[in-house]
Amino acid sequence: MATHPIEVHGAHEAHGHHEEVGFVKKYLWSTDHKMIAMQYLFTGMAMGLIAAFFSYVFRMQMAWPGAHVPFWGIVTPNQYNSLITNHGAIMIFWVAMPVLIAAFGNFLIPLMLGADDMVFPKINRLSYQVFLLSAIVLISSFFVEGGAFGGAWTSYPPLSAKAQYSLTPLGSTLWLVAVALEFVAFLLGGINFVTTAMNSRAPGMKMYDIPMVVWMIVIASILFMASVGPLIAGAVMLFMDQQVGTAFFDPDRGGDPILWQHLFWFFGHPEVYVVLLPAIGIVAEIITVFSRKKLFAYKTILYTAFATGVLSFTVWAHHQFVAGIDPRMANVFTVTTLLISVPIAEMLFVYIATLYGGSITLATPMLWALSFIATFLIGGVTGIFLGASGGDIYLHDTYFVLAHFHYTFFPIAIIGTFAGFTFWFPKMFGKQMNDTLGKIHFWLTIIPFNGVFIPLFITGMWGDHRRIFDHTNFPELNQPGLIFLRQFSTVSLVAMLLAQPIFFYNAITSLLWGKKAEKNPWKSNTLEWTADSPPPHGNWKDLPAVYRGPYEYSTPGRSEDYWPQSVPN
Amino acid sequence: MIEYYVKAASSFAPDIDFVFTLIFGLVGFWFVLSELVFFYFIIRFRKKDGRPAQYITGEEKHQKRWITYPHLMVLVCDVFIVVAAVQVWYKVKQDIPPAEQTVRVIGQQWAWSFVHPGADGKLDTPDDIYTVDEVHLQKGVLYHFKLESRDVLHSFSVPNFRLKQDAIPGRVITGWFRPTETGRFDLQCAEICGIGHGLMGAEIYVDTPAEHAAWVAAHSTRSVAVAKPAGE
Repeated sequence: MATHPIEVHGAHEAHGHHEEVGFVKKYLWSTDHKMIAMQYLFTGMAMGLIAAFFSYVFRMQMAWPGAHVPFWGIVTPNQYNSLITNHGAIMIFWVAMPVLIAAFGNFLIPLMLGADDMVFPKINRLSYQVFLLSAIVLISSFFVEGGAFGGAWTSYPPLSAKAQYSLTPLGSTLWLVAVALEFVAFLLGGINFVTTAMNSRAPGMKMYDIPMVVWMIVIASILFMASVGPLIAGAVMLFMDQQVGTAFFDPDRGGDPILWQHLFWFFGHPEVYVVLLPAIGIVAEIITVFSRKKLFAYKTILYTAFATGVLSFTVWAHHQFVAGIDPRMANVFTVTTLLISVPIAEMLFVYIATLYGGSITLATPMLWALSFIATFLIGGVTGIFLGASGGDIYLHDTYFVLAHFHYTFFPIAIIGTFAGFTFWFPKMFGKQMNDTLGKIHFWLTIIPFNGVFIPLFITGMWGDHRRIFDHTNFPELNQPGLIFLRQFSTVSLVAMLLAQPIFFYNAITSLLWGKKAEKNPWKSNTLEWTADSPPPHGNWKDLPAVYRGPYEYSTPGRSEDYWPQSVPN
Repeated sequence: MIEYYVKAASSFAPDIDFVFTLIFGLVGFWFVLSELVFFYFIIRFRKKDGRPAQYITGEEKHQKRWITYPHLMVLVCDVFIVVAAVQVWYKVKQDIPPAEQTVRVIGQQWAWSFVHPGADGKLDTPDDIYTVDEVHLQKGVLYHFKLESRDVLHSFSVPNFRLKQDAIPGRVITGWFRPTETGRFDLQCAEICGIGHGLMGAEIYVDTPAEHAAWVAAHSTRSVAVAKPAGE
């Protein structure tokens, strides 16, 4: 391993003369991993804005049922269902995955491994193009007759399978096609990530010298590729049920609607870890840099990530406890689900232990990374209530579930993104972001975020159900206390959304007029910080070699408190 | 804790509330402890001139045990939770006691229909009572419900009973409950079932034996008169 040769691959021929490329070649047809990362990042963020707007509209409807929503109008029941369905689908498939896996994976993997590009640059380009197509298909579903699909992001048949039930004859099919295309894009990307990490490491970089975030994205890609097969098969079957008239999920003609739930959640639960692991990796990079500490028990984290990955394939039916599966199965899945809390708890313990004895600077990226730990803990512990079958009988499909998974997905998708974006911004764009504005944006996001979802834990305990368009139809859900909590949550959401222009203002002004960034502004050890900011096509003139692990901070006997991987001694 | 928000009105509701409270105590302990240590470290180890960070690999045994011991203790807590949860689950969903009365519950877009036994106490006899969006039960009687769906998935959810069960077209799912409080309770569909999902509720009336008998007597005859010509 130590004498691993530098890979010479197709990337060189593909972008031989990169000095004088035209606009299309540079921005739309690029094979440069950094450009593809930017494409994924900006597409993901744009989709995020759409999905955030959706959440604003339906939360307004929940707080003030039937009222006119500014910038939208009166929310009809089918609009409401379409909005919640696509809010969920977009945030997971078109925000969390493209940003955390594809954008950070594409940007970081070659740069952190000391490679000039991905192993398969053209597959990489194809991956983004398929992804873009999937996003366009999804958005187009809003403009067809009947409107966009509104059967929840889980798309359970028979509701999703028959137009006479869903009343969205085209929307449900377009939604399904968009999701399937998105899976294709990430299969292409995943192959690339795994192959690149295994084959294109800098000379001297051993397995345990790979930065944690790269490992996490690789494990996530493996999980994704291993779990998505059944769902793609399921999607084809559902598509056939919708458009060809087959009866895979139609009980009247011998099909079984529960089969879809198994196919969906067999993918759907590993998917949680697919997006969680990259965020966990980003946090590892940031907390080590800003506490000047070696990562506590690198190997333990790595093994727990693998353990989580393996276990995540055995927990899916905890989504189906009360769905009509054999009740005996619930006992098995309760045990596996509670077991998975152990590696996740261990990871968080390790991160807290990393802070011990550090020299902590609370810069903007560090604030985001720390808030990830603080809030993800809430998401983690509330999962226990739901994984325990006895408790789930009551809590299933209530707002308690919703608050729980937003306390996991918000830290993952939003906090993880902001952490990574503010941390690698200097490398991505060659400019420093304004730290004061960054901190203002942080506090104005994180405080309202808790204001949005803490009340929803309580409404969930109060029996409030998900996906109900108008609570006034249910006397028990129309009590003053519940109404107040819903309104509090909505007001917090609006406050949080209103804080986001600060971020975009900061990003854009820093990009245009910000202070020029040095190569290594955070004094970090990993290889991406030895390239120019921003790195040119091909990343380095001479590819770096690696002499040690990525987290040698504050090593005794050195005058400086960091020891880059590429410095011989 | 749930009891504080939603009155418990079935025989197994207190068991489910107990699981919730138990989990709250156990994970609450870990949560508070982790957050306290976490914030303490952030404050205690803020950057100070002249105090460099320590070099700790976390790979040595005496360092690792700070992770291993808590992690074993988490595992012990998990065992307690699993035992409690599975016991309750077994009681509510697996070990179904013999029925004293049976009602049929049918979900369809977007209404609930119910078939009650009439004065003879048996289902599928001519004096069955058919209702839509309201069901009448007797306090203290152990009911079986036979849950069906005519079209898509629905879910029979009664927060006061701490009961939830999805209805699946093509299947009849049997479950049980024993109401322990009289009064009017919400039944809500808890599985998205199309644009009318937010309207799909029903009312559950739990009456004393005398009141219930009066209701049955009043409706049994009428139902016979209505149901028979309809070709039952």
